[in-house]
Parts: sequence; C-alpha cells; structure tokens
Amino acid sequence: MLKRIISGIRGIGHRVIDSTWRLGYAARFFILVLLKSTTSLRRFGLVIRELYFTGVLSLIIILVSGLFVGMVLGLQGYETLQKFGSESAVGTLVALSLVRELGPVVAALLFASRAGSAITAEIGLMKATEQLSAMGMMAVDPVARVVAPRFWAGVISMPFLAAMFSVMGVFGGYLVTVVFIGVDEGLFWSQMQNNVDFRIDIANGVIKSFFFGIAVAAIAVFEGYDAPPTAEGVSGATTRTVVTSSLAILGLDFILTAFMFRGIS
Amino acid sequence: MPPETLIEVKNLSFSYGSRSILKGVSMTMSRGKVVAIMGGSGSGKTTLLRLIGGTVTPSAGYVKFDNHVVHELNRDALFKLRRKMGMLFQFGALFTDLSVFDNVAFQMREHTDLPESMIRDLVLMKLNAVGLRGAHHLMPGELSGGMARRVALARSIALDPTLIMYDEPFTGLDPISLSVIGSLIRRLTDALGTTAIVVTHDVQESLKIVDYVYFIADGVIAAEGTPKEVSQTVKPFVHQFVHGEIDGPVPFHYPAVAYHSDLQLEDRLA
Repeated sequence: MLKRIISGIRGIGHRVIDSTWRLGYAARFFILVLLKSTTSLRRFGLVIRELYFTGVLSLIIILVSGLFVGMVLGLQGYETLQKFGSESAVGTLVALSLVRELGPVVAALLFASRAGSAITAEIGLMKATEQLSAMGMMAVDPVARVVAPRFWAGVISMPFLAAMFSVMGVFGGYLVTVVFIGVDEGLFWSQMQNNVDFRIDIANGVIKSFFFGIAVAAIAVFEGYDAPPTAEGVSGATTRTVVTSSLAILGLDFILTAFMFRGIS
Repeated sequence: MPPETLIEVKNLSFSYGSRSILKGVSMTMSRGKVVAIMGGSGSGKTTLLRLIGGTVTPSAGYVKFDNHVVHELNRDALFKLRRKMGMLFQFGALFTDLSVFDNVAFQMREHTDLPESMIRDLVLMKLNAVGLRGAHHLMPGELSGGMARRVALARSIALDPTLIMYDEPFTGLDPISLSVIGSLIRRLTDALGTTAIVVTHDVQESLKIVDYVYFIADGVIAAEGTPKEVSQTVKPFVHQFVHGEIDGPVPFHYPAVAYHSDLQLEDRLA
C-alpha cells in the first residue's frame, strides 16, 4: 500500500518536473524564434508566402462562421431586448459582443484549428521526413527559414481575421434584425455608432487578437518543431496545438479583459 | 594531415546516453575517392555521417575536415564549412512545398547573390546531369522514389561541394533506379572531383563503384580494404555480410532460452 502511495507521489513529481522543463524549453524556443526573425524581416517574401497559407486560406471559415455567429447574436439579442422594448439596441449588442469578445476569441479558436494545426503538421512532417535536417546540412537554419516566417505570418494574420470575423458578424446581425425581422435600419446603425467606442472597444479587440495570434502561432510552431518524428508523434503534436491554443486563448482572454475593461475592481 | 586527405577521423567515440554507438573509430578519406561505410542496421554508419557534418558532437576523438576539427568550430564557422558538403538523405528529404527546380535552386538562392537567369542555367545543368531536366516543373509528390533520389542528388551538388555524403542511397529502389544512382555517384564524383562517402548495406551495388570500404560492427572498424580485398576476405563477419549468409557472427536467432525449454518439452514428455 505504502509503495503504491510513494509511486503515485513520484509519478506526480515526474509529471510536474517534465511539464516545467517543457515550459522552460518552450520559452527558450520562443526567444530563439524572436532572435532568428531577422531573416523573416529582411526577406519579407517568406512571410508573405506563409500569410497566404495561414491567413488567406483561413478566410472562408472565418467569414462564414462570423456571418452565422452574427446572425445568431442578432436573433437572440432581438428576442431578449424586445421583452424590454429595447430592440433598437440590438445593433449595439451585436457590435459590442463581436468586437470586444466573440470576434477575437472565436476567430482565434477557428484559427488555431485551421491554421495552427496545419502549421504544426507541416513542420512536424518536415522534421519526420528529414527536411529540417537537410536544411541544417545545407547551412540554412531551419528556425530562421521555416519556423520564424510561419510564426510571424500567424501573428500578422490573426488581427485581420478577427476584424473580418467581426465585420461579417455585424453584417449577419444586420441581415437578421433589419432585413428579415424589420428593426429600423437608422436606429440599428446610429445606436451602434453612438455606443461603440473606437479606443475602448475596437482597439482593445484588435490588441486581444494580436496577443491570441502570438499565443497560437508560438504554440503551433513549437509543437511542430518538438514533435517526435513519427506519424503518431505528429498527430499528437497537432492535437496538442489545438487543445493548448484553445485553453491559452480563453485564459488570455480573461486576463486581457480584466486589464482592459476593469473587470476586476 | 597530408594534403591529399580530406577527412581524418581519429579515435572517434559517440554514445546516445549510456548506449555506446562508436568506440574509437579511426579512418581517413582521400580527395576524389568514393568510400563506402558498411555495416548492419544500427551499427552507427549514419551517426558517423552526422559526426562528419557536425550535427552531433563526439564524446571522444575528433573528425577533421579540410584541416578543421569539426566539433570545435563555432556555429558560423560550422555553417561555412557545411557549404563545402552535400548530403543525400535516405529518402531524398526534398522540400515538399517547393518544385524540383526550386529544390535544386534552394542553396543557390540562400547562399549566393547569383542573378535568377544564371540560377536557372545552373539548375537545368544540374538536373540534366541526373537526367531530369524535363521534370524541373514537377512537385516532389509527383516523383517516383528513384526520381526523388536523383533530384536530391542534383540538389546536393548544387554548390559544387568538396564532399558529398550519401546516406543509404540505394534503399527501396528498383534495379534500374539502383544502377542509375550507383553510376551517377561514380560519374559525378569523377566529373566534379569531389570526395564521396556512401553509407550503405547494399554490398553488390556499392562494391562496383567504390574505391575503398570500411566495415563497422559493434562500434569499431571490423574490416577495411579495396572492393577486391573485401570480396576475398575470410573474416567471418565480413564474409557473412558480403555474401548475405543468414547465420554467422550475426546470428539468425534473437537471444532466447533454449528452444526445448520454451516449448516445455521435458514437462510434456514426463
């Protein structure tokens, strides 16, 4: 019995040490990526190429999801607000929900699933098929040539995708409440204009999505680079990217919201 | 180190954790020669290539390449030295997001300021040397195993290296592709005046093209010599390896308890 307890405690200890070691390793890797980013900045074409794969190819899922989220928000918002005779505020509700929270968060979650997993799988497979070793043997640093451009492409594309998500969401809300239900169009837009502040709402939303972009891109490139060079290793790393990124996004969202909107005071 | 020697390996040892892979290996490789390193799977052949390329550090001894001790070089000097090396990986390791043309042009674009028109001419010349000029527009996924290996070969000679390392170049190839790769290794080495190291366990094909052979077994050099000397050797390990005998110093059976005890014959007969 005592042996089993000691073994259990030892197991927990090992897991804690492993996790701490891995966190430290990830932090060092992140710093290394930043240090090796000069190549990406000097040869910005490398980043632009990756922007196409991570950003442009994620557009469809972001736009369609944004549209539906906005439509649902409009429908739900209208149903609730009309009970209080405030259906004209539905535009404000849709816009604030999107630019402050849903835009950055849902876009980041979708980005982690679509682009983050793709980045991890690509780098992991490059490692498994010795492409990264080949690059090293050709005196080309794989962190500078492969990892850093993908990282920066993720960081740059995330705020744009979140903004597009919010725009489509507002359009979806407009479609449902103004076009289908018949809320006054003037009220819809004027209420939104009066109550949505550029600095507090829109700028903070953009800042949030920028941080989410850093988190998702950093996790994706690290998991890919650190993946064991086997099919199982790459699939595990891809799963970890989606799970860890999602948790990081939600955790970061809480912290950033608390700072930006004085949620804790 | 004599001027004709390109690589000197001296008392080289390497281990993964507590597992010893190489135990005091010494060898020399002369300029312009094709040298084969043979041995069973897991005998440390590929590790030796990695030590020469400086991707791993020896636990003892050294590799001297072109009068530089590889593991003592700093990162920049090592990368500079690697520009003199080409390497063909086991399955080519072509960059799957780049076309055949861009794969071969990769090093030229990374390490030189050559104009694109000159890069185009050079790439087509390299591809022509391996017979794949017409395939320059294809993606790696559209190539057969033999073609991928030939493109990788063209890529490895892109900057006219002093040394080309081939890691299991014959693995998984059909007889025609195998002969093509073998003949290309010999022809390119002679034409470019490079030195080649071929890590392989394909005895028959490699003995046709190499100048000298080292056999590695249990982390040490078990035998060495010219192809003729190796073919005629009576050393049990080399004889078994060269002639593909199924039993010998490398046993057919994995170590196990006696067969009759495993089948519990005594108990059954009693």
